[in-house]
Amino acid sequence: MSAPARPSPGTARPYEFPAVHRHALANGLRLVVAPMPRLPLVTVLALVDAGAATEATGREGIATLTARTLAEGAGALDGATLTARFESLGTAFDGSADWDSSLARLTVTRSRLEAAFALFAEVLTQPTFPEADVARRRDERLAELAQQLAEPRGLADERFSGFLHARECRYARDLAGTAHSVADLDAAAVRAFHAAHYGPRTTTVVVVGDITPEAAQRLAEQAFGGWTGGRAPAPMPAPRAAREGRRLVVVEKAEAPQSELRVGHIGVPRAHPDYLPIVVMNGILGGLFSSRINLNLRERHAFTYGASSGYDWRRGAGPFVVSTAVKSEVTDRAVAEILREIDAMRTAAPTASEVSLATEYLAGVFPIRYETTAAVAGALAGATMFGLPAEWFSTYRARIRAVTPDDVLAAARAHLDPARALVLAVGDAAVIEGPLAALGIAPVERHASEDDPAEAP
Amino acid sequence: MMRIPVETTTLPNGLRVILSRDHATPVVAVNLWYHVGSANEREGRTGFAHLFEHMLFQGSAQVAANEHFELVQRAGGTLNGSTWLDRTNYYETLPSHHLELALWLEADRMARLLPAMTQEKLDTQRDVVKNERRWSVDNQPYGTWWERLPALCFPPAHPFHHSLIGSMEHLTAASLDDVAEFFRTYYTPDNAVLTICGDFEASAARAMVERQFGAIPRGNGRPPLPDLTLPPTFGEWKREVVEDAVVAPRLFLAFRIPPAGDDAWYAASLLGAVLGTGEGSRLSRALVREQQLASEATAFTFDLAKGSDLLVCDVTARPGVAAATLEAAVVAEIDRLLRDGVTAEERARALALYETAWVSGIQSVGARADKLSQFATYRGDAALVNDEPARHAAVGVDAMVDFARARLQPTNRASLLYVPRAVAGVAA
Repeated sequence: MSAPARPSPGTARPYEFPAVHRHALANGLRLVVAPMPRLPLVTVLALVDAGAATEATGREGIATLTARTLAEGAGALDGATLTARFESLGTAFDGSADWDSSLARLTVTRSRLEAAFALFAEVLTQPTFPEADVARRRDERLAELAQQLAEPRGLADERFSGFLHARECRYARDLAGTAHSVADLDAAAVRAFHAAHYGPRTTTVVVVGDITPEAAQRLAEQAFGGWTGGRAPAPMPAPRAAREGRRLVVVEKAEAPQSELRVGHIGVPRAHPDYLPIVVMNGILGGLFSSRINLNLRERHAFTYGASSGYDWRRGAGPFVVSTAVKSEVTDRAVAEILREIDAMRTAAPTASEVSLATEYLAGVFPIRYETTAAVAGALAGATMFGLPAEWFSTYRARIRAVTPDDVLAAARAHLDPARALVLAVGDAAVIEGPLAALGIAPVERHASEDDPAEAP
Repeated sequence: MMRIPVETTTLPNGLRVILSRDHATPVVAVNLWYHVGSANEREGRTGFAHLFEHMLFQGSAQVAANEHFELVQRAGGTLNGSTWLDRTNYYETLPSHHLELALWLEADRMARLLPAMTQEKLDTQRDVVKNERRWSVDNQPYGTWWERLPALCFPPAHPFHHSLIGSMEHLTAASLDDVAEFFRTYYTPDNAVLTICGDFEASAARAMVERQFGAIPRGNGRPPLPDLTLPPTFGEWKREVVEDAVVAPRLFLAFRIPPAGDDAWYAASLLGAVLGTGEGSRLSRALVREQQLASEATAFTFDLAKGSDLLVCDVTARPGVAAATLEAAVVAEIDRLLRDGVTAEERARALALYETAWVSGIQSVGARADKLSQFATYRGDAALVNDEPARHAAVGVDAMVDFARARLQPTNRASLLYVPRAVAGVAA
């Protein structure tokens, strides 16, 4: 049987990101609508300019608790009734907070949109925050945190942030708050947070799916037209590292069969002009399956099931981090390979083939990434949150393809810095500490799993 | 409800081909289901079907190791594969003008995998999979549930009883001869379904499929699985208690139910939603909102289409709540449902949530293609996927209650209960 040769591609067909319509209500609320009429489905998302990054010290978790408690009572309806109403419309109200905003969203079939939208607005504008429900959501957050810290991946993420950032930096503590800060939150605090920051002037409503801009505007006028108030919190000061220079932290997890590794440092803010070259650079380093770090650690050395790198994009400079879980016995070798790959990225420009792999991937998957109403709504919310220009999505693919090997090298030299890397391993100290110390990259700081640098006296 | 367009053909070599067009976005999904999974593993080779899936990314006659990933990503596409109890799937979504690349990659490994297999590649993937096991099972709180629950619910000789990810010992034992035998037995066109979904022209796609797959010879027929029929209930209350490094108890309460596709299965599916879909479900409302014993409560079916399926309630306690208290509270809700039945409002709520999930679940061409392959593989006709909303809607309150009274009884329960391991001097 003769084997057919690899086929050539056909002619690329044009792609357009859904058209975006913007409108402002008289009270200042911004409406963003993107019609996607393919299926009878609509995603509604409200973005409130009040994120976790601006929470006061000792009040960490207030944005998350507020968002999670919004649907526990509104107007004359209690939480159980609201939940039943949303669910009988085939949807659920999902309130959450991000570093830079609070978010509420739901996805509903077209025929139930009007009822769901009205209820959504009622919850956002007239929440009652009953004391018992705020207390329950607070206790659920404490349970969630306990589960997260019992899990090696969750513990590694948490401790990486904690050891990386200076104690006064908000990023040192979990987005949804710590055991210490959450324990002190109550209904009065939640009501005050909502009263101060939720309002038309801080809110953008994104509607994506089987709806016209005119119909969405009518719904928004009806539901949000009479809303008043809202002021954005003061921005967070630029994040600072806990210490200068390279650090090596071992968090003890006795008898763990694997080490959870995190290697990285403070990165750059989302609005940085080097954003696109950084994204391409990260794609070559660790953002794809075919990236250097994954091919090295997984396919060449079989140290791990997978290894990746990424920039956590926030308004402030979020962390750059390489994440993987490796067999305990090879922890030191894996760390050495990760540092070598970061260094290599800065030493020489990548080949044209590596750059085109990353750019063609990023440009090509763009339409695949935005097939769903929820994904498009999320992208438009992000664009609002970071103040991206209106043409961001329509020009993204061309601009990604314009990134060159020299751009990538310049981005690596400017934004990767192994000399200030925090290397953190959650694992069996008895097995991994000696070999890690022998790497000679930094003295080992050994901690028990309970040691929380952000809470230390 | 929207209907997914379906066109089915079968090549002379037995490959079933499903075409489903949608020109909304210039992307296309290629999705290939092989009707083989961990259930087909021979004695002493648990985990092999999944290890074999990894080997399918190690190249074929015209494709170098890992080149499959690189070519698809360079084309601007996404890809992966997954292994389940009775099937293994491989899939790509790409810009639509790269459709034939994905077909060529899938055909090259279906036709000519073995020339590319080496001991070194097998050793590397064996270690990768062992790390996958450490990551997803051994070093995860509650991570063993996923092999303990089937082991508890299916009798030892049953093909669904043993671990899908496999034991370290059996992974170590896997050889290149096993790879060759498994490939020749199961990775044949007559044991596969190929779905293409998205932006393509039907005549061009049919020509590509014929060009890439037409010359691959038919296999020798898939060895049948043993009879998977089991009695309708467990006949007892099975129990297993596991001490683990966890901060709070967690209960998996399973019921044996008819296989997916059976009329009665739709009643089980809706009952599962009544019990555990959304915060307004029975378990969530009672245990999380009212009694505040649990931090999370859900229910789901495994969607097994052969022999029998499982309906599972998955409830995690708040830290500090005793395991026995958690279990008693969950059981009380089941018993209340048996005693008082289900209301019309509860049924309507479950159905509305199902409808939204169904439409949301067919938004991407990749998800849609996977459903079409699933229905073609399990039910013999991909178009039957379009009947799913109506079959759920056809279940009335009486049918749900009858089903609950037949299948949620104490003689058809299996409890897998995780409890925090006692630390020196600290009570669990």
